Formats: sequence, structure tokens, C-alpha cells
Amino acid sequence: MEFLSDIASLINSTLRISTPLVFAAMAGIFAERSGVIDFSLEGKMLMAAFVAAVGSYYLGNPWLGLLLAIIVCVCLSMLHGFASVTHKGDQVVSCVAINILIIGLTTALAAAWFGQAGLTPTLNEDQRFLEIHLPFADALRDIPVIGTLYSDILSGHYVFVYLAYLSVPLVFWIVFKTSFGLRLRAVGENPSAVDTAGINVFTMRYKALAINGVLIAFAGAHLSTAVNANFFREMSAGRGYLALAAMIFGKWHPKTALIACLLFGFTDALQIRLQGVELPAIGEIPVQLIQALPYILTVVLLAGFVGKAIAPNAIGQPYIKER
Amino acid sequence: MVSPILELTNINKSFGHVQANKNINLKINKGTIHGIIGENGAGKSTLMSIVFGLYQANSGSIKINGKEINLRSPRDSIINGIGMVHQHFMLVENFTVLENIILGFEGETVFGEKLQKAKEDLEKLCQTYNFNIDLDATISDLSVGFRQRVEILKSLYRGAEILILDEPTGVLTPQEVDELFKILRSLKDEGKTIVLITHKLIEIMDLTSEVSVMRQGEMVGHTKTEDTSKEQLAEMMVGRSVLLRVDKKEIKKGETIFKVNNLSVKDDLDVTRVKDVNLEICSGEILGIAGVTGNGQTELLEALSGIRKVESGSIELFGEKISDQNNFLNPRMLKEKGLAHVPEDRQRMGLISDFKAHENLIFGYHDQEPYSKSAILNNKEITEYSNKVMQEYDVRPNSPNLITSNFSGGNQQKIILSRELNENPKVLLVGQPTRGVDIGAIEFIHQRLIDMRDKGAAILLASVELDEILSLSDRIIVMFDGKIVGEKENKNVTDRELGLLMAGVA
Repeated sequence: MEFLSDIASLINSTLRISTPLVFAAMAGIFAERSGVIDFSLEGKMLMAAFVAAVGSYYLGNPWLGLLLAIIVCVCLSMLHGFASVTHKGDQVVSCVAINILIIGLTTALAAAWFGQAGLTPTLNEDQRFLEIHLPFADALRDIPVIGTLYSDILSGHYVFVYLAYLSVPLVFWIVFKTSFGLRLRAVGENPSAVDTAGINVFTMRYKALAINGVLIAFAGAHLSTAVNANFFREMSAGRGYLALAAMIFGKWHPKTALIACLLFGFTDALQIRLQGVELPAIGEIPVQLIQALPYILTVVLLAGFVGKAIAPNAIGQPYIKER
Repeated sequence: MVSPILELTNINKSFGHVQANKNINLKINKGTIHGIIGENGAGKSTLMSIVFGLYQANSGSIKINGKEINLRSPRDSIINGIGMVHQHFMLVENFTVLENIILGFEGETVFGEKLQKAKEDLEKLCQTYNFNIDLDATISDLSVGFRQRVEILKSLYRGAEILILDEPTGVLTPQEVDELFKILRSLKDEGKTIVLITHKLIEIMDLTSEVSVMRQGEMVGHTKTEDTSKEQLAEMMVGRSVLLRVDKKEIKKGETIFKVNNLSVKDDLDVTRVKDVNLEICSGEILGIAGVTGNGQTELLEALSGIRKVESGSIELFGEKISDQNNFLNPRMLKEKGLAHVPEDRQRMGLISDFKAHENLIFGYHDQEPYSKSAILNNKEITEYSNKVMQEYDVRPNSPNLITSNFSGGNQQKIILSRELNENPKVLLVGQPTRGVDIGAIEFIHQRLIDMRDKGAAILLASVELDEILSLSDRIIVMFDGKIVGEKENKNVTDRELGLLMAGVA
């Protein structure tokens, strides 16, 4: 019985830990399917976390904080678009600039507003998202298997966890079953074909980036107004890059990207679980090694499998219409 | 008097300092096939891109059926019944035929009924024109000829009354060209208007009823096709009389000096592109390699010139083995042994575009006397030599200090040719010598190659232009899928015979 509850809690934390990765990977799919590289997922997630925490603190409502985060992230995406779509700048450079800007900006603003470099005040219960307990969760807990599944795995998550996993089929549907999705995929593969079909390539890419901004804001708000009750310095901790890796590993496809995100989330959950645990024959594994596990996995997966991943054909190339 | 379906008045278009179209006037009558002919860079494609709404003219007006229209994007043109098949197909390779065709004209936000209707409509269209296209096939699985049909089908589906085709035959085998022309004629019979952009005179004579000639951004003449001749059109295109046929002396064949035994070569993706190729070239002979692009000619030439590893087999020069899978000579050592190479991709391998002409003229010999002494370039000597050789090869403009990318394609090719021919090589490997080169320069380049042959060089000529192969070669081999599928003496060979071999069906 203890084994079962161990597994249940492992799955539970996998779902929670993967949440920001899933949002970020879905955000990445929109940008990159349209042909725009997005390394700035990391920076935007950090900015969203900051804005959501500050917004909730002043406005007293986490939803308003989220709304502010969405607005700011869409603006950042537009900035990326302005530099790399309109002015045909290098997409990677634009992203790196955004990332660096945000690391400094969040720290400086926190210092200016709250007197602590890179830290925002702790949010009270009204100012943050709380875990949602599904109806009858407590009553059903004792039913074997189903009870565990329902009460310990499905119930008791933040709203973002549910939204993240609902976003995956939604993204799939948009990308593969709508005319917008067809145009989105086409513009990342062969923008000239889209242009000669009478669709504005630039508008398409801006639309994709706008959706990207909305999705990444959820990831940031999850970090600072749900799992944590404040913003702290560099709290995104490479999740944006990890999500990008998951997306590439998932071949720019929502379903496989989801699986990759869950895999990363699982190793992370596992490393937390394994800390301090004595393994038979090996003994206690050093914490540092365990913590490095998800990152080692990233390198191994990308090195081993990225060769088979085929990126959208026109990715990274600004569209130049006239010679 | 028939009223024109499309009328252009005083169209002007510049890109930066270059004026691509100057005061163009053009009338195209309904239900005709109208040819627009001109050399590369004459402004044909630019003009048609303006008609298609892809570029916007700086000034001038466009009328369709007598009504003036404002074309701000391809969408405006498509709505007004203009369709265009571009030289480089505008298809998304990993999409299906159906997806490519409906792109931008889906008619619904979420795919459903309209998609089904589009499919039915397209199947009917396919039947009407006998297209034989599987709508669910992925573009990357289709041959070039089929991709072109998809482009035509796409235009028709979008309601094109005027269909513009930009250099449609460049990538096709002769059989595919026949099929295309059949389609175009049947479209004309249906009352569609067709505009054919080409630099091939034979296509104009074959297909069109009227022809307009462009030269250096200007429209220099309109005529009915039946009132003109190939020679006359060529003269209008170039601005002087041109010799269309190559004068070639009887072959004086010497001994075999270049030999390739069972050669196999892989490309960068580790795919075997040259499969077990055997060939021999004698001195004083031009061996032509015909084939559709991408059938191993590129990799073969690269392996022979020492820039690609040999997978198996060997290469012999004057009876001496110069390359096999274990060791191969680099291009410099080959050069010393008398082998020269004019690469098919002139921008990427033949030249450094940002260098000045005189630097490219001696590149590869720059460390030899008299061009340099004790590792220091002798600029006086280089300039003198450059002036001389640029005159000899008629490179225009004759300015050794001009950046190479500012020369036209033909003149860039002359720069490479002069460099490679200067040392009187015994073996000359030439890939696509006249790709993107204007008629006047083609004539010159062909003559130079013939001269080299008459001087006793062994020449291997790879070209996708069948006319070029047929007019220069003494012997012709055809490559398909990396293998040599046929070899013929160039006597009474027709392009049809070669075409069947090129398509891999004979």
C-alpha cells in the first residue's frame, strides 16, 4: 500500500512539475511552426512570473495578475517579432537580448519597488491560486486504485495544471484541424507559398507570436502565484530552455512534446524523491548528481535523437519578399 | 479587333539602383498563348511578379478586361483571375496536394464540409484536364513534372483566367515538356489565356501565337509568332545577331587519358548518389553527361575533381591511379597534373563573390610566380594579367577592380573559364557552363570549349540543357539515379531518345 501511494505521489508531482514546461512547449510550437525561433521562452516565463506576482500583490486577485502577465508577455513577443520579423534581425540574437533584459529588469524592479533585489512580497491566500480539491475527493480516497487515482493524482492541483493538459488537445486541434493551423504550418515551411496564396506572411507570424505570448504567461504565473507565493530571482531556472528541448524532441508536435515534457517532469520529480534515499548496493547518491539528472537527460535525448527531428523548413529565416 | 484581357501601361519598377522594368507596355489578348522572351535579367519575371501582385510597380497601370485594377497583393490578382506558376514552385513540400491547393482559400475556419467539397471539385478538374493527380499524395513524393501540374491545378482551382508560367520547362524532361504543352494547348482551347515566360526560342515558335521581347528591362518588340523566326527573335533579345548553331570540326580523337572505374560516391547525407560508374574520355573529345538535375551528376563531378571522397572504385589520369577509396588527390594536386574544373555552382564553388575580379582571376594560382613572390602578391603583375585576360575573354565591364558579384552571370562564368583554361589543362571537367548565362555569352563559352577540344583536351561536360549536350558533345552518356543508363555516339541522336533515358523508362 505504501508503494502505491509512493507511485501516486510521484505521478502527482510529475504532473505539477511538467505544467510550466507544457505551457512553454505549446507556446514554442506556435512560434517555431510559424518559422520564428523562440529562445526567449525562458525570459518571458520569468517576466510573467514577476508580473503575475506583482500584479496579484497590488490588485489582490491572482487572475488580474495573470491578465497583466499575458499582456506583458504578448508585448515581449511583439518586440521579438518587431526585431526579427519586421526588421529581419537574427532571431536568436533577439531572443538572447530579451532574456538578458528580463533577468536584469526583474531584479532591478523588485529592488526599486520592494527594497529586496529580485524578491517580491509573499502573497496571502487571496492573492494566489490555491489547490483545487475535486468534489468527493476525500470520500472516495479509500476505494482501492480508483480512489488513489482520483483523490491523490487527479485532485488537489492548481488550476494551471488542469489548463496545461487541456491546452495540448486544443493546440493540436488548432494546428492540424483549422485553416489557421494550415497557414501557420505553411508559413514555417515555405513562406513564399503562403505569400503567393495571398496571405500576409508577416501578419501570420505576428499572430503566432501573440498566441505564444499568451501561453507562456500561464507558465510564469504558475511559478509565482501557484506553486510559490512570491517571485524570486531567476525562478524560471532554465525551464524555458528545457521546454524548448522538449518541443524539439517532440518534433514540433503537441502530443510528442507533451510526452517529452512529462519525461522531464518525471525525472525532476524522481530526483526530488531520491534525495537522501539509500539505494541498495549503491548507497546514497550525491544530491548534486541527482539534481543534474533532468539536464543530463536533456543533453542525452537531444544528442541522441535530435538528428531525426526535422525542423520547419524556413525556421530562423526572415522572409524577404523583394530581392 | 479583339479587346485585350490584360493591358499594362508604362510600368516602371526599380530595386535600389537597378531599374528592372522601364516603361513597359503590353497587351495580351484573350484565349491566346502569349510568349515573353528575353535573356536572364531582362526583367520578365519581375514584370510578371508585378502582374501577380507579388511586387508593386513604382508607376504605371494595369487593366484587366478594360478595367483598371490596383494589385496590392497576390490575393488581389487571384481574385481578378490571374494565376502564376513560378519557376521555383510555391509548394509546401510536406503538405499534401489538397492542402497546398486550398491554402489561403480554405473557405472555413475549421475543416469540414468545404474541404470535402474542395476535394470533389478538384477531382472533377483533374478529370477535365486529364491530370491524374492523387490529391492525398505528399508533394515531396511527387516528381517535378507532377509538382508543376499541382501548381497549374492550384491556379485553376482558384479561378485563374490568365495563367502565367515562368520558365516552366527548365526542370522537365522532353517528355514532360510534351505533356505540359498538351495541357497548355487544351487550356487555351477552353478559352484560358496563357502567358509563357521563357528564354528558349524553340518553345516560343512551338507554342505561342504572339510574342513580346524584353531586353535590359525594356520591351523591345511585339510580333505575331508566324511573322518571325528564331534568328530574328535572338537578335532582338541580344541586340545583335547571334550564331545559334555551334560550328564544330570533325573529331580528332586521341588516346584515352581519363578513366573512371566502378566509381561509387556518397553525398553529405550518406546516400549513395553515384553507383558503379565506368567511363573513359579520349583526348580531343567532349563527353556529355545528360540527366535531370539530382541524378548524381553533381557528386560525380565533385568526386572527379577531388572535392568529394570516393566510396569505392578508382579514377585514372594518363594511366596513373589518382584516386580510390583509400586516398585521393586534392584539387590542387590534380591541377598540377593537368586537370581543371569549372564547378556547376558558380556562386558557391567557382568564385568568391565578394572578391574583386582580379583576385578571382588568379585564385588558386595566387601563390605562384609571377602573381606572387616570397608570399607577397605582385599587384602590378596581377592587374596587367587581368586586363589582358579580361579583354581576351570579353568580360564586361573590363574592370579588374570591380567586385565579382557585380558582374552578370555570364561574365562571372567567363572569369572562371579564363582561370581554368589558362593553364591549358589536359582534362577539363565542366558542370552547367551556361546556367543563368545570356545567349551572347553562351555562344562565346561554347566556342571556347570547342577550341579546347580541338587543342586536344579531354572534356567532361555535365549539363541539364539537352540542347547544349547535343550541340557540343561527341559522345553522350545519360545518368539516372546515379547510374549510367545509356551511352550514344552523338550522331542522329534525338532529344526524345535521351529524354526517355533521362526519365529512366528506356
